Amino acid sequence: MSKIETPETNAGESVKFRGGGFAPKPQRWVGVLVFIALILIAEWGTQSGWISALTLPKPTDVLETFHELYESGLLFQHLGPSLSRLLVGATIGALIGISVGVLIGLFSYIRSGLVPLVAAIFPIPKIALLPLFVIWFGIGEGSKYALIAFGTFTPTVVATYGAVDNVDRTLIRMGQSFGLSWWSIVYKIVLPGAMPGILSGLRISLAIAIILLVAAEMLGAEYGIGAYILEAGSLYDLERLFAGVVILSLLGVIMSAIIGLAERHLLGWRV
Amino acid sequence: MDISLVNISHSYDDFEVMRNINLEISDGEIVCIVGPSGCGKSTLLRFIGGLERPSKGQVVQIGNPPEGCLNPLTFIFQDFALLPWRSVSGNISLVLEDHGIRGAAAEKIIDDVLSRTKLSDFATALPKQLSGGMKQRVAIARALAVNPAVMLMDEPLSALDSQTRELLMDDLVALWTRKPFTAVYVTHNLAEAVRLGHKIVVLSRRPGEIRQIVNIDKPLSDRQFGDSDLERQQKRLWQLMRDEARAADAELLNV
Repeated sequence: MSKIETPETNAGESVKFRGGGFAPKPQRWVGVLVFIALILIAEWGTQSGWISALTLPKPTDVLETFHELYESGLLFQHLGPSLSRLLVGATIGALIGISVGVLIGLFSYIRSGLVPLVAAIFPIPKIALLPLFVIWFGIGEGSKYALIAFGTFTPTVVATYGAVDNVDRTLIRMGQSFGLSWWSIVYKIVLPGAMPGILSGLRISLAIAIILLVAAEMLGAEYGIGAYILEAGSLYDLERLFAGVVILSLLGVIMSAIIGLAERHLLGWRV
Repeated sequence: MDISLVNISHSYDDFEVMRNINLEISDGEIVCIVGPSGCGKSTLLRFIGGLERPSKGQVVQIGNPPEGCLNPLTFIFQDFALLPWRSVSGNISLVLEDHGIRGAAAEKIIDDVLSRTKLSDFATALPKQLSGGMKQRVAIARALAVNPAVMLMDEPLSALDSQTRELLMDDLVALWTRKPFTAVYVTHNLAEAVRLGHKIVVLSRRPGEIRQIVNIDKPLSDRQFGDSDLERQQKRLWQLMRDEARAADAELLNV
């Protein structure tokens, strides 16, 4: 005969729960809500006057400026060159960065030779080198591509060789034990294994690429988001300044979303 | 194809790990290597498979691998070593691609090895979806795909729970009975050794030397879980090893 004890008849106290937490889960829309809340506060503050027009432009005015920019066709006149600079520069930088990173990850001599060099050029603010690039590559598109590529290169190299270092060595031994060629091991085991690290490195590199894009366009560019912001800034036209900044933020969000998409597509195998 | 280990000794710097190992592995038999931890069992296996080089002595292949053999010395690893980004059939095609086997020819081999390891329904699954036992069966299927002359098994069942281990041992016996293969099977588990080994090589603790070679004549297919004569053998092996294992356990690691 079994007796079922109910909590009431049980003299003891129930054990206090002390686990859980430490595992953030993505909450949809919360990020969007934060944006909306901040914009609403700014709008309310500027409307009611406790934020002066010189402190912050009215969000509705920024939107209005943005609308004008779009209507006049100037938006695409600025966005077009900027996007192509970003695309060309970041692609060159990321591709060279990934290749050099993989070489550093695989060969002892290249590693010993290049790791100190990369450490030496990583902390240089690339913007400081812009005049040098202008001399080397001319005032035109060349110097802008070079600056963005150079800025994207260093973080990509560091992320890539770190990722290659982290590839499971037992998988490489397995490849060797089945007589796979060196190329097959690199192409089918090392690169896919390093992909998570490479993609998270790209997140950082591409954000840096956007920063450098603006810097490059502030020097000798007629069109481009950077030129637009610089012009607005020197005229203290805060509405236009903010419109430009919003475009940059949107670019960043889109970049990040693209990488997120790539991660979901390429890294579905992760546990 | 037979394998012969001749006078193998090995040391890291001046730290001797293995001394004068001589061993014959003949065609169609499963040789189990047992020994206390740190005695160099797995290192010995990597010597045989050419993944590491002994400081002295050599591993000799006698005779030619059978026809259609793509990779004569093929490993099965303790941690499965499956590419997590490839499906079950992708993991098997990985070892065929480098031999120029693609398309229909590859599919034929993959279908065959998957059915031999009872994995036909899981061809498109990713490793993360599989249990440990299934993963090891994929690794066995991958090894079978290259039609090896000698299978080098490095504690293949050690990462599995004991029930799965029994099931997989039955699978291995069934595979061997259907088509005898040559294997070197490294394990620290004496029950596995007496179930699967035709020949059991007992190594001493570091520096590893061969203490004894035990032959078990009972056919693999007649051996059962809990057979009294196997248990007697296992007990004898354990008596051989116990003091060594205790001493090895008490050693400081300076690797």
